[in-house]
Amino acid sequence: MSPTRITSLFSVGALALASLVSPARAEETVKVGVLHSLSGTMAISETSLRDVLLFTFDEINAKGGVLGKKIEPVVVDGASNWPLFAEKAKQLLEQDKVAVTFGCWTSVSRKSVLPVYEKNNGLLFYPVQYEGEEESKNVAYTAEAVNQQATPAVDYLLAQGVKKFYLLGSDYVYPQTTNLVLLEYLLSKGVPIENIGGGFRKDASGKIISAGKYTPFGHTDYQQIVAEIKQFSAGGGAAVVSTLNGDTNVPFFKEYAASGLTAESCPVVSFSISEDEFRGLPADKLVGQLGCWTYFQTIKSPANKKFVTDFQAWLGKSTVPGIVKDGRVTCSPMVLSYDGVYLWKACVEKAGSFDVDKVREAWKSGVSFDGPGGKVTTQPNMHLTKNVFIGETKADGQFKILKSFDNVYGEPWLKGKFTK
Amino acid sequence: MASPEKYAPPPPPSDTVAALLAFTVVAVLIMPTLDVFGVIDHFTLNLWGKYLCYALLALSVNLLWGGTGLLSLGQGLFFALGGYMHGMYLMRMIGDQGQYHKPIPDFLVFLGWTELPGFWKPFEHFSFAMLMVFLLPGIIAGVFGWLAFRSRIKGVYFSILTQALTYAGALIFFRNNTLMGGNNGFTDFKTELGFSLLEPATQRGLFIATAVVLIGVVILLRWLEGTKFGLVQRAIRDGENRTLFSGYATPAFKLFLFVLAALIAAIGGALYVPQVGIINPSDMTPEKSLEAIVWVAVGGRGTLLGPILGAVFVNMLKSYATRAIPDLWLILLGGLFLLVVLFLPGGLVSLPEKLRGLWQRFRPAPTSAPAA
Repeated sequence: MSPTRITSLFSVGALALASLVSPARAEETVKVGVLHSLSGTMAISETSLRDVLLFTFDEINAKGGVLGKKIEPVVVDGASNWPLFAEKAKQLLEQDKVAVTFGCWTSVSRKSVLPVYEKNNGLLFYPVQYEGEEESKNVAYTAEAVNQQATPAVDYLLAQGVKKFYLLGSDYVYPQTTNLVLLEYLLSKGVPIENIGGGFRKDASGKIISAGKYTPFGHTDYQQIVAEIKQFSAGGGAAVVSTLNGDTNVPFFKEYAASGLTAESCPVVSFSISEDEFRGLPADKLVGQLGCWTYFQTIKSPANKKFVTDFQAWLGKSTVPGIVKDGRVTCSPMVLSYDGVYLWKACVEKAGSFDVDKVREAWKSGVSFDGPGGKVTTQPNMHLTKNVFIGETKADGQFKILKSFDNVYGEPWLKGKFTK
Repeated sequence: MASPEKYAPPPPPSDTVAALLAFTVVAVLIMPTLDVFGVIDHFTLNLWGKYLCYALLALSVNLLWGGTGLLSLGQGLFFALGGYMHGMYLMRMIGDQGQYHKPIPDFLVFLGWTELPGFWKPFEHFSFAMLMVFLLPGIIAGVFGWLAFRSRIKGVYFSILTQALTYAGALIFFRNNTLMGGNNGFTDFKTELGFSLLEPATQRGLFIATAVVLIGVVILLRWLEGTKFGLVQRAIRDGENRTLFSGYATPAFKLFLFVLAALIAAIGGALYVPQVGIINPSDMTPEKSLEAIVWVAVGGRGTLLGPILGAVFVNMLKSYATRAIPDLWLILLGGLFLLVVLFLPGGLVSLPEKLRGLWQRFRPAPTSAPAA
């Protein structure tokens, strides 16, 4: 064996050892994992959640922490890389032994870490609107379920006299499932099938099993789809229900405006565009279009005012490397992250322990928190009861609140619920 | 791409045997034993299993790039396909333990399906899935390679085509209507051959299997290097036209190597899936294949140890840095690549030699004391 090879082998061994050693920690803290993408395609959205989580921990620590222990965040970068999410989740649970994790944005990242949390009996707080059809005892879904976003939005549109619905989304699990539920919901509300646009999926026997038009991530050519929508909405009384994700919204809304369609002639309600997304989207192209979330920054309440002011002040003083300080806003996923931390704190204090099983029992017994979006209450099915708001986009990327639905119960299992 | 490198005779076989023996002892005996006794935690062993799968992908890249002068930017496709084929078996083994408690995979339920599509049916047999792990990537590599090499597509054009190939694969698998799980891919696996994948013992077995396969592949590649075939392979790398005009049908050689590399990547992917617990189309995006190129470059192109070292080192650094410095780790990794490219073109394997050279240059020379 040549010296070269021996040295190389030793260097591998030495690195292996180095990776095993982790520094000792003081006793007075409780470790809490933060598992978001700080790099890659999702970083623009998820970094905001990391920021708001660190802000919340500082706020709680300044008031004495949780059960007398200071929160010690363990921030890891999932890097928009789904296998890496699973690895980081294992690291947080098996090496850092965190009491709880706040994290994930995309459904695929949640699906990737779910087996890890179930195996280690960990607890993950998941804050972003999602498709439902899942109920793990190891996940606290602070996120909007489909009935806290899509169906209230449709209710609002129906009340406004909309009769025809065009379903459009990015091709992944959230839009696919949402549209499946919406198809059933619209039919149950008496909307005839020919008034549902976007196309249908049929099984081998020709029976309609789902609906919607789907485009890949990063799709840029919406000319044909917008032409189809224009034709569909020709008689008036039509709306687009959009689950398009991320930057594909830019070409879609540009094409939409260019074709002469407006918020008056055919409004678009989007479920994936919040205030934070307008940092990267041209808001002027979306003026008058609708959004539906459980929080808008424009909510006028003392709790929200304090939250927004304190967060901005925290940002100003923050020393986190690379943190963006200018032009920051607050949005629903951020508030649900914030609420999540306080709900976890309340559950821990009610249980008198950081033990996951005890914390879960406290969650299931029903714990409330008055957050920036109003009161949120935990449910036995690991979801949250919360208020839902319909808003209209303004030129500055904020929303004018048009309607609110109070205390909507989070229901993850909706497929087949509305069929007769 | 093919820089005129001098033909260096392969090192004497005893070297490789010793290195292999050392690796075998560490990977197959010592690490699993330490795991059993809790000296290293299950997470670490599992992580190393993943690194070794990446090492197989790196060997696949290196066989073409370092060995034959073919820079394929699409080896991730074969890695992912191998993973998907094994994943289909693992999905079937979930049975009705999914979120919906239906006998078909969850993603089919949310698409509205009530029955299993026909092409899914044979995958409940482990042997069929294992056959497909080799067959599908092998056929795709065979057809693509045949078309590309027959048309004398070389150099940067070959690289671009392979990149397009893996991107096309990603787009097809992203579609939910492909019925392969769409963007989410496959996850939430329960058992493999009846053993629970949650059990540390199963994961240990998978780790050992990966190490054994890696050793087998290294032996195979080392043997191939020593044969006349290996000589022709290096001749193609160093001067394809000359080799062609010497009477060797270089397209046939390249086709064989391309298929072999695809199979090595595929088995890496098949071992990767049960250890990592997820396979989805993001593994087919060109960036993933480019990452593997970086591992090979960092470790040392054109050697057998280099790609393994590079894959393990870079991923270990990534695992460490995404936890230790989550805001700055990309800068660290980028800096490392720059350093390697600028100062260590031979990769990490050439580091000891480089250090020895530096030592020779700067060591104090007692015989010639500097003048005052």
